[in-house]
Amino acid sequence: MKIYQKVLMIVAALSLGLLFVFPMWKIYLKAPQYPEGLELHIWVNKLGGSSESVLQNFNILNHYIGMEPIHAESFAELKFMPYIVIAFMVTGVLVGLIGRRKLVLGWSAMLMVAGAAGILDFYLWLVKFGTNLDPKAAIKVPGMTYIPPLLGNKQLLNFEALSLPALGSLGIFLAISLSLVVYYFSLKNKTVTRDISSGKVLVR
Amino acid sequence: METLINKFKKAAPKAALLMAVAAGSALQGCSNTDGRNAGSTAEGVASDAASAVYVAPGKHDELYSFLSGGFNGQVSVYGLPSGRLLKIIPVFTQHGENGYGYSEESKAMLMTSHGFVPWDDLHHPKLSRTDGMTDGRWLFVNGNNTPRVARIDLTTFETVEVMELPNSAGNHCSPYPTNNNEYVIAGTRFSVPLDMKGGTNDVSLDKYEEEFRGSISFIKVDKDKGDMDLDFQILVPGFDYDLANGGKGPSEDWVFFTTYNTEKAGTLKEVGASQNDRDYLAAVNWKLAAKYAAEGKAREMPANYYHNKMDKDTHIAKSTVKKKVRYLLPEECPGMMYLLPAPKSPHGIDVDPSGEYMVVSGKLASAIPVFSFAMMQDAIKNKKFDGEKNGIPVLQYESVLKGEVKEPGLGPLHTEFDGKGNAYTSMFVSSEIVKWKLNDLSVVDRMPVYYSVGHLMIPGGDTKEPHGKYLVAMNKITKDRYLPTGPELAHSAQLIDISGEKMKMLLDFPTVAEPHYAQAIPAEKVAPNSVKFYKLDENKHPHAVKKEADVSVVRESKNRVRVKMTAIRSHMTPDNIEGIQVGDTVYFHVTNLEQDWDVPHGFAVMGANNAETLIMPGATQTLTWVPKKTGVFPFYCTDFCSALHQEMQGYIRVSPKGSDVPISFSTGKKKQNIPGVASAQ
Repeated sequence: MKIYQKVLMIVAALSLGLLFVFPMWKIYLKAPQYPEGLELHIWVNKLGGSSESVLQNFNILNHYIGMEPIHAESFAELKFMPYIVIAFMVTGVLVGLIGRRKLVLGWSAMLMVAGAAGILDFYLWLVKFGTNLDPKAAIKVPGMTYIPPLLGNKQLLNFEALSLPALGSLGIFLAISLSLVVYYFSLKNKTVTRDISSGKVLVR
Repeated sequence: METLINKFKKAAPKAALLMAVAAGSALQGCSNTDGRNAGSTAEGVASDAASAVYVAPGKHDELYSFLSGGFNGQVSVYGLPSGRLLKIIPVFTQHGENGYGYSEESKAMLMTSHGFVPWDDLHHPKLSRTDGMTDGRWLFVNGNNTPRVARIDLTTFETVEVMELPNSAGNHCSPYPTNNNEYVIAGTRFSVPLDMKGGTNDVSLDKYEEEFRGSISFIKVDKDKGDMDLDFQILVPGFDYDLANGGKGPSEDWVFFTTYNTEKAGTLKEVGASQNDRDYLAAVNWKLAAKYAAEGKAREMPANYYHNKMDKDTHIAKSTVKKKVRYLLPEECPGMMYLLPAPKSPHGIDVDPSGEYMVVSGKLASAIPVFSFAMMQDAIKNKKFDGEKNGIPVLQYESVLKGEVKEPGLGPLHTEFDGKGNAYTSMFVSSEIVKWKLNDLSVVDRMPVYYSVGHLMIPGGDTKEPHGKYLVAMNKITKDRYLPTGPELAHSAQLIDISGEKMKMLLDFPTVAEPHYAQAIPAEKVAPNSVKFYKLDENKHPHAVKKEADVSVVRESKNRVRVKMTAIRSHMTPDNIEGIQVGDTVYFHVTNLEQDWDVPHGFAVMGANNAETLIMPGATQTLTWVPKKTGVFPFYCTDFCSALHQEMQGYIRVSPKGSDVPISFSTGKKKQNIPGVASAQ
């Protein structure tokens, strides 16, 4: 692998660091009496939002329909996910240093699997919160469940919920696409060598 | 096509409004005979008045205005130009609506050397200043009856400090901040026989001339926190001190006071104080006064006055009793004070934005004198004196007079400025606003107002750079202006457009109690700093409970029970309390656990002899209750907080004195999770 490809691979690995700087996913809630909106931010290692007390405010609203309160402590994922991300970053850098394209593809594939697993896990949580309702809830609408959308928007009683990936997810997207780019160009390395041996000048 | 529809949609409300106004005046035209409408209502009303004051639903006003409430002891906050009432801020008066002056936390705000005084007469609001411009941090107001000056914090719109003034009686001439709030200055309206021990002498009322003295207080204001401190007083001749205003620019070291009753009459003042053709405008060099006080010219006398401060972390007011005050005597401080003769019993004194002209509105005079600061400086330098009064030099009238506004109207009271070379004076007797030019003192326009205008206010009209778009006239009498409401009628404010050559009447709105003076400030200087809620983490109230698990009901002594409880949508914890006995003093310390905007909870309990208390998110407030009968008493949240607000209630069981019912408390049945979050945290 060429130097620039190795560098690109290292960049791909390091771009996962965005997960520690920005949330992965954001859920926006809008209702007539919340002109300023409520935002729940899901990070790789914590829950946050548009204000410090957003979780409390989410939970106050949710308790009327009998949804279980959301607490960061309930999610084991928030504890081990950061280590997985760091592991990917370290191995990604090593792959870049070693510079073997099969490793690049392998790393990329594993990251895709991990990302898909993360999204699936997220969806299962949404279903759990949206359907596991207290039978003694003050507000009960027959047949109604409150699964927030995984992607896009959905009307939940008076709230319009909108769910979108945030900048942290861009880190995963970058890592996958950059590593695939590296893999793709490193495939061409052989062609280039052949071209040079045949005396042609390659202009990029 | 669609854009056309949208255009129509946008224009429709305005068009409808105009049509409504047109229809209104048409109706008015034919219904005069049945006495439902006043005769001269439409005079001077601008044809576009409705759209000029129309602030569409959801839109904000351009300005905050703060109108004093006079005899209600409060400040009313209105948006301009709409005239919409935004808030009433209790200052010197108990306010059952939120528990101010009733709750254990706020009672101390109303303490004075005369004990608990839960009412006052609030006349003059003045905004804090930076470089002679309003800065939107604090509002200073006076209590007229039991002399006090208070400070309102404009991040919370709450009264945070009240200072009593010793040696004062009728704190009318108050409070006047200097250009950087170095001092807030307050003069006494009534002179009294000072005993030089912080009180007044028990003397015969015939002794007015020999024994009575006035005082001017200089309250120092902390630059960053706004905290007040009475630095010193000047003991002045026994006149009545009416109003004051500080200089600006060249005159910024000076503050000017109108005086009346220089005759020193002690009875039937309406005659006795109206004998001299001229009273005085007192000019005090506050910077020199502060220097004299700092350099040891000040003497000290014993005193006894209260200084009440609201702690921002605990939300608990504390009173400090001050035991001494420093004072200066003008006769010992050369150059500090001069008297300028002014037409009989002057009322308002207003300094133009340049700081050069002092306009004295003599309510009984036929002309408005305009004094020149430059001429005053010259007269002092050249000693153009006309004798002295109590050791204070009196300047010659002609040596300080720039000129007089001739035939301005009847009963001039107050003047403000538009920053474009014009002055506007309120005429109480002829019931009009008169516009005149500062350069040649000629009257250029008149606008009738309904009826008998007192103060007028131009946003920033008392600062270096007036806003100059609107003028608010505050009228004392309304009679037929609104639907009748029995003998007691609302006072009114009228909004006048002063942006053009001619004044245009825009709006007329009823006001709360009796506004005297007012202040206004562009909304962007205040709105961005407005607090949305208090942070629970920063709540240092000694009886705050920050989670439901920590609530308690404890019998502290034989007759005293302390309940530390919480409120969050939509329940109180605890909501079942037993073991209270007849005659117990029960303190309910209610902490609002909410951390969101606009979610106050109220707390009221049946039979309480005080009021409710309204608790802002993150704060703790205390209501005291002494049950007099056995039985079960409900309590509930009084502020509609949520869909299950009506369920936000509880019960207290009261047993006979000496009963063996133990103290117990709960919310929800045993082993049942309390819904909501706070419990789980």
